[in-house]
Amino acid sequence: MIGPLVLGIETSCDETGAGLVRGHELLADAVASSVDEHARFGGVVPEVASRAHLEAMTPSVDRALAQAGVTLADVDAIAVTAGPGLAGALLVGVAAAKAYALTLGKPLYGVNHLAAHVAVDQLEHGPLPAPVIALLVSGGHSSLLLVPDVAGEVISLGSTVDDAAGEAYDKVARVLGLPFPGGPPIDQAARSGDPAAIAFPRGKYHDGSLDFSFAGLKTAVARWVEERAARGEPVPVADVAASFQEAVADVLTRKAVAACRQHGVDHLVIGGGVAANSRLRALAGERCAAAGIRLRVPRPGLCTDNGAMVAALGSELASRGLPGSPLDLPADSSLPVTEVVVR
Amino acid sequence: MLLLAFDTSTPAVTVALHDGQRVLAETVTVDARRHGELLAPSIAKVIADAGAEPGDLTAIVTGVGPGPYTGLRVGVVTARVFGRTLGVPVYGVCTLDVLARAAGPAAAGREFLAVTDARRKELYWARYDGPGSRIAGPAVGRPADIPDGAVLPVAGQAVALYPDELGEPIWREHPSAAVLAELAAERLSVPGTGVGEPAADLGAPGTGHVLLPPEPLYLRRPDARVPGPPKRVTSP
Ligand SMILES: [Zn+2]
Repeated sequence: MIGPLVLGIETSCDETGAGLVRGHELLADAVASSVDEHARFGGVVPEVASRAHLEAMTPSVDRALAQAGVTLADVDAIAVTAGPGLAGALLVGVAAAKAYALTLGKPLYGVNHLAAHVAVDQLEHGPLPAPVIALLVSGGHSSLLLVPDVAGEVISLGSTVDDAAGEAYDKVARVLGLPFPGGPPIDQAARSGDPAAIAFPRGKYHDGSLDFSFAGLKTAVARWVEERAARGEPVPVADVAASFQEAVADVLTRKAVAACRQHGVDHLVIGGGVAANSRLRALAGERCAAAGIRLRVPRPGLCTDNGAMVAALGSELASRGLPGSPLDLPADSSLPVTEVVVR
Repeated sequence: MLLLAFDTSTPAVTVALHDGQRVLAETVTVDARRHGELLAPSIAKVIADAGAEPGDLTAIVTGVGPGPYTGLRVGVVTARVFGRTLGVPVYGVCTLDVLARAAGPAAAGREFLAVTDARRKELYWARYDGPGSRIAGPAVGRPADIPDGAVLPVAGQAVALYPDELGEPIWREHPSAAVLAELAAERLSVPGTGVGEPAADLGAPGTGHVLLPPEPLYLRRPDARVPGPPKRVTSP
């Protein structure tokens, strides 16, 4: 076993994550989710998430330690998501991480959630080539990044100008009467549908930028369903789901491949909750193969928010002996992606 | 005994260290928006000022509010982690009890209220008897709805927010961790005083429990509404 043992803590949205990583080796990944408590509200309620983080915090860390068969005394550094995310939720994890660092006398790394989504792939596929393009899609973010060095330099190439892709999934699921979160039920319904049944709009498809827009698509789906219902016709849920999902996957993969071409990069990493979507994975695979790009997608459990990804990035920082964050580290709900570690 | 005490449930972030006899060090910083930034450095400073190390601590006590949730959770999660890593007991104390202890002499034997700002035109409040035991609350409500609120002497910095609706101000400060530490140290020196008492006892007046589990006293449910059917995007 080589390299420092890093405890990673993640509380930016509705998952309380605690992970342990040494080098590129994942030793433990404990996640407690409050998603069920948000389901009836149709979206994540920040105060509900924050209360759940407080209750799950030390038990999650204890579970991770037990999984890895280590004790707190073995931990060499603590990494925590400092942003971006829900302010009150982030603050629980940041305060906890400081308390671990202070009582254990170990360095603290306040890290960027988006860079952590990229770094986690190293736990599955080994060291990241430099540079890579990263496509990160979830309920909270939709970003294209150029990553020359995940522990040092991350550049934003594009992001959503309105809704995140995962948000569009949640809203379309509601329109179709499917449960929250919308990703899995839409993916499931789409399997028996025709992705070419309805030509839904693809926002910013031809504008040459690497930004995304999903608000128009979401509204177009709602309008299509309402008009159908107004005529007294049944709504073909599977076809709507498949056509919507096709529009999302088409835009995301088209722009990701374009980003690779524009920057002469031949490796693409996909992360975030929407990376678990079967159509996105399949279409990204096809298009990357056609374009000669090597695709790296971590398994679904590492794509969604977790502590292992934070530990993975912390491990990269600690292994290089980079300086940590001060004890007055703030939680920053809009931390820019260029700030990989907060100093 | 080396007791670390802190409270983050009001605009003040306050930390103190107590050796069972006296307060060794204390810090108070008033900044309602920076609890998360201020608490850990303040703890580090207080421990260093006393020439101690985190490993020397024998107990942790944190104010458990009631108070605005975001700041309150910073203190509670910090206390729980300290307890876990150092292997020492962690206690909560109702923040209003800390105010009441500080204000007790000024009440001069009269019943009185302790209040903190609950925002949204409401106060967190509790009522104390002359000797300083909590006999009602903690509760949250509009100043005008606090029983005898207009006539009882009142302790707490938040009294300044509602000068016309509350009685005579007898203490105008935020709670202090030094007082919290004194209160907890005194209780901990009483044999058999522990955290066995369930938090449910809290609402009951006159139970006299001061040491509580480190659970936040939210007193309000999260703001969240179950949505109706999706909004139409086409005109009906
Ligand atoms: Zn994420």
